[in-house]
Amino acid sequence: MNLLDIVLALPLIGFLIMLVLPKGSASKLKNFALGFSVIVFGVSLGLAGAALQRPAAMTWVTDVAWISTPAIRYHVGIDGVSLWLVLLSTFLTPISILLSFSYIKDRVKEFYAFLLLLEFGLIGVFISLDFFLFYVFWEVCLVPMYFLIGIWGHDRRIYAAVKFFIYTMVGSVLMLAAILYLYGKAGTFDYPALLTMMQSGKLTLTHVEETLLFLAFFLAFAIKVPLFPLHTWLPDAHVEAPTAGSVMLAAVMLKMGTYGILRFCLPMFPVAVKENSGWIITLALIGIVYGALVALVQPNMKKLVAYSSVSHLGFVVLGLFCGNQWGLDGAVYQMLNHGISTGALFMLVGFLYERQHSLEIKDYGGVATPAPWLSTVFLVTTLASIGMPALNNFVGEFLVLQGATQANVWWAVIAATGVILSACYMLWMYQRTFYGETPESVAHHVHDMTAREWLCITPLLALMLWMGIYTQTFLPSIGASNKVILDRTQTTSAPLRVAAPVVPAAEAANHGN
Amino acid sequence: MQLWLIPFLPLAGAAINGFTGRRTSKTVQSAVAIGSVLLSFLWVVKTLMALMPLEERYVEHYFTWMASGMLQVGVDFAVDRLTAVMLCVVTGIGTLIHIYAIGYMHEEEGYYRFFAYLNLFMFFMLILVLGGNFLILFVGWEGVGLCSYLLIGFYFLKKSATDAGKKAFIVNRIGDFGFSLAMFLIVVVFGSLDFGTVFEKAKGMPVEASAGIITAICLLLLVGATGKSAQIPLYVWLPDAMEGPTPVSALIHAATMVTAGVYMCARSAALFMKAPIAMDVVAYVGLATAVMTATIGLVQNDIKKVYAYSTVSQLGFMFLAVGCGAFSVGIYHVVTHAFFKALLFLGAGSVIHACHHEQDMRHMGGLRKKIPHTFNVLLIAALAIAGFPLMSGWWSKEEILGAAMHHHPWMYWVAWVTALMTAFYVFRSIFLTFFGEYKGHAHPHESPWVMIGPLYVLAALSVVGGWLFKIPHILEPVFHGIVPEGHTEHSMMDMVMGTAPGFIGIALAYIVYVANPSMADLLKSSFSGLYNLLYHKYFVDEAYDATIVHPIERSSRNFLWKVMDAGVIDNGFVHGFSGAAQNFGDLVRRAQNGEIRNYAAWVVIGVIFVLGTVTVLGGGR
Repeated sequence: MNLLDIVLALPLIGFLIMLVLPKGSASKLKNFALGFSVIVFGVSLGLAGAALQRPAAMTWVTDVAWISTPAIRYHVGIDGVSLWLVLLSTFLTPISILLSFSYIKDRVKEFYAFLLLLEFGLIGVFISLDFFLFYVFWEVCLVPMYFLIGIWGHDRRIYAAVKFFIYTMVGSVLMLAAILYLYGKAGTFDYPALLTMMQSGKLTLTHVEETLLFLAFFLAFAIKVPLFPLHTWLPDAHVEAPTAGSVMLAAVMLKMGTYGILRFCLPMFPVAVKENSGWIITLALIGIVYGALVALVQPNMKKLVAYSSVSHLGFVVLGLFCGNQWGLDGAVYQMLNHGISTGALFMLVGFLYERQHSLEIKDYGGVATPAPWLSTVFLVTTLASIGMPALNNFVGEFLVLQGATQANVWWAVIAATGVILSACYMLWMYQRTFYGETPESVAHHVHDMTAREWLCITPLLALMLWMGIYTQTFLPSIGASNKVILDRTQTTSAPLRVAAPVVPAAEAANHGN
Repeated sequence: MQLWLIPFLPLAGAAINGFTGRRTSKTVQSAVAIGSVLLSFLWVVKTLMALMPLEERYVEHYFTWMASGMLQVGVDFAVDRLTAVMLCVVTGIGTLIHIYAIGYMHEEEGYYRFFAYLNLFMFFMLILVLGGNFLILFVGWEGVGLCSYLLIGFYFLKKSATDAGKKAFIVNRIGDFGFSLAMFLIVVVFGSLDFGTVFEKAKGMPVEASAGIITAICLLLLVGATGKSAQIPLYVWLPDAMEGPTPVSALIHAATMVTAGVYMCARSAALFMKAPIAMDVVAYVGLATAVMTATIGLVQNDIKKVYAYSTVSQLGFMFLAVGCGAFSVGIYHVVTHAFFKALLFLGAGSVIHACHHEQDMRHMGGLRKKIPHTFNVLLIAALAIAGFPLMSGWWSKEEILGAAMHHHPWMYWVAWVTALMTAFYVFRSIFLTFFGEYKGHAHPHESPWVMIGPLYVLAALSVVGGWLFKIPHILEPVFHGIVPEGHTEHSMMDMVMGTAPGFIGIALAYIVYVANPSMADLLKSSFSGLYNLLYHKYFVDEAYDATIVHPIERSSRNFLWKVMDAGVIDNGFVHGFSGAAQNFGDLVRRAQNGEIRNYAAWVVIGVIFVLGTVTVLGGGR
């Protein structure tokens, strides 16, 4: 039982305690959830020390049998990438809880319980090193989010929740099939063990097997990202979700997909990755431009931010498939950046909603006059989102585009148009919402930031600056972990190429049986 | 040497005013704003004194900003003579304009906000010129763009102001698209973004290996420069930027920020000298911009618009110089232009202030006696830009004409005609404003000394600045070994020829607008087609809207969103898929109708099917 196990267990314990707490006092429930999640965050910070010292390897590893047959292990650990994603989850959970204090008025207990359950699932996804375990956590995440949207959402919440659920399920069923197939071949769900078997040649996949397995995993992850054209669940889910749901969904849940690609697809299926990266990058590039163009014309703020996520996540996928260190580092950095800045955007849109009870841009205008600080904070977040240097997103976008240039300069040319368009849609929304004369209803309803809201947004603003200016806190560990993955992709693919003529022979042998 | 203090002081000023401005008095706010910039100026002076004679680059490294793969980018500040010149201009003129702004903005709402933005601008501008690598330069580059956006849209209740701010930001983004691609290619080719490393490697590269890629890099850098420095085809934002308060127009959109493109090209001289084709393009772009916007400036009625087009045109001259390989001459014009154009704008601000926010010159006239100080300084500025002998503009313009002649004689003649137009339009504005009868309804009053004082300082610089600061001589160590030694000899004939367009332009303006006031209308009506074309700025904005802006917006809304996203993908694909699943589910559900006998029948059929299959397929074993 090490610190990582404790960090994983705490939210589950919190969830269970929430379930047995009396329904009566809403403020006690809120304070408990907040306090508990703050403690989880505090404890999770303790992970950083050891993980940052040896970011290239897995630290805080626990590897014990969970179920003997089939051999499912409780195998967890973190490296320099998953550390940051775990911290992102534990960091944003208390903030999501705090920002819901005034927003959620009924079924208070269940709401916060589900947020803690979600945190449990997310941490689990980012630390699992056993496929079965990973799959369990993957599905655990789905349940609380389904209810967060379906119970506390807006008018079309059921439609959005079901759509979200089914979309993800379609992908995860395929992933489950792939996991079971691998188990059938190798007799283990253990990911490091599988990798070792593949490297030593104990487990060989035919070309067709590798391609199909890759596609099964990739589809599950691509839906989650979401990669164009699998994105249409996202705008609906965001528009309908309560603020905290949107924040967690955008900031952390979307990263499950890109993390999955990085952790599993790239090292396990190097040949398939190489062969398929062409069309995947094409889709990513389409997503970047398409998401931005559609965001441009959205009349609804949350939809606009949702489509901007499609565009931003396109950058992440582009970076992941560039096949070089810059691309990978930029992609991971961009995962964290998007978590911070888009999380903040959804939060701020939520603040506006709580005042004016509308998400339509046309119902605003002139907000800067009654709420100057809210406008300032929104502007800083907007600037972070559109990649202003010295704020966080710039670093990630720069590295991704640098990696793309290295791989194929035209990819960078197309992707960089997304950077131009991001300024167009964000500044246009900003202008229509915050500038101009203040209409009566806005002047009447919209007030400036409250102390609680400041408490929610300040940590995010601080991180935008920190991650934009002092990247040395984050990048070295990310780079070290990525280097391991990159080396594996390159060394594994090299012998396979040499052994390529052997593969048909092996296939022929298989057919003979 | 604590170079970081230079930009940090204005940043501190911005932070103090930004956070406490709502609770402090205007006196405190002014003291913070001006104090921070003045201290920064003094620190520049002290630093440069200590670094004299500064023939080598002096670098300070603070910490690593980004490190990934083989790329290392540091937060580095560096000073050489080029940076030193820019530092003096930015902090010196910046201080004067800050002082002027106390008077100009005194009555405005959001006084502290204005100074917070202005100080923030100083911070980013100083980062831009201090940056020791392309990426730090880019931080400043984007930062000044942000401040420009904020200050153009300072009167945020006005839609035209926020539109202009947004336009400036987005057009600059298009330029930055080029700039950032140039940086990516620089990393791929040179493995670094550090100025020292890149330029050293570039010098050693054989021409045949490098020409293509370096030409591409330089052209992309030029795209960046056309955005920031308002050159064809991206100049359209600068005239609109006049929506901002006048001190902003003077500081950002005349004296400092818009010259960043020229600075960047001069900084990258080692690259540009390896790319003769790109150099030619720079010269063409500069020259074309100079001519085109000068013609527009001939007929504008808004005094600030005239000076805005004049700025674009003068920036064109700077690029012409750079494109001809005369980098130091380009910077020379940056400096002298900073003096007289800041003065023109601030003088115009004083006129506008006097006329109670009237900007249309048709409602001015005869102000010479009413606001004599403003008239004095504006006249000096006009003489300086027109190229009156020995005044600051004359020096740099002579050098530019010389460089153009050396490059291509036809360029010289086009530039010559443009210089004539420059003198004409600027004196047109002087004559319309200060001569004849007053045509407005306000009661013009002279501005307070806090505004007039800085104007006289700038006027003095406009007179002697060109002679006092011989920039090409100062910059020799910077371009030594990069640019071949040019011959700087000017014959008497050259000087006469170079001085002529100024006098001719002034004389023509005098004939048309003072001696013979009806002539202007006569010309307007007899060349009405041409007049309209110029008055409407060649309809470039309309053309951009019709060919780029509207098609993108319409197709995004009507095709991508409504047809593609909602129609094809969501309704067609997703709902089609789920519909099919539902139909299939319905089909299967029919089997489960709750009748036991039916189930029994299905069981029997199933058993028969399984047994049959096993028998047929596995029968052999």
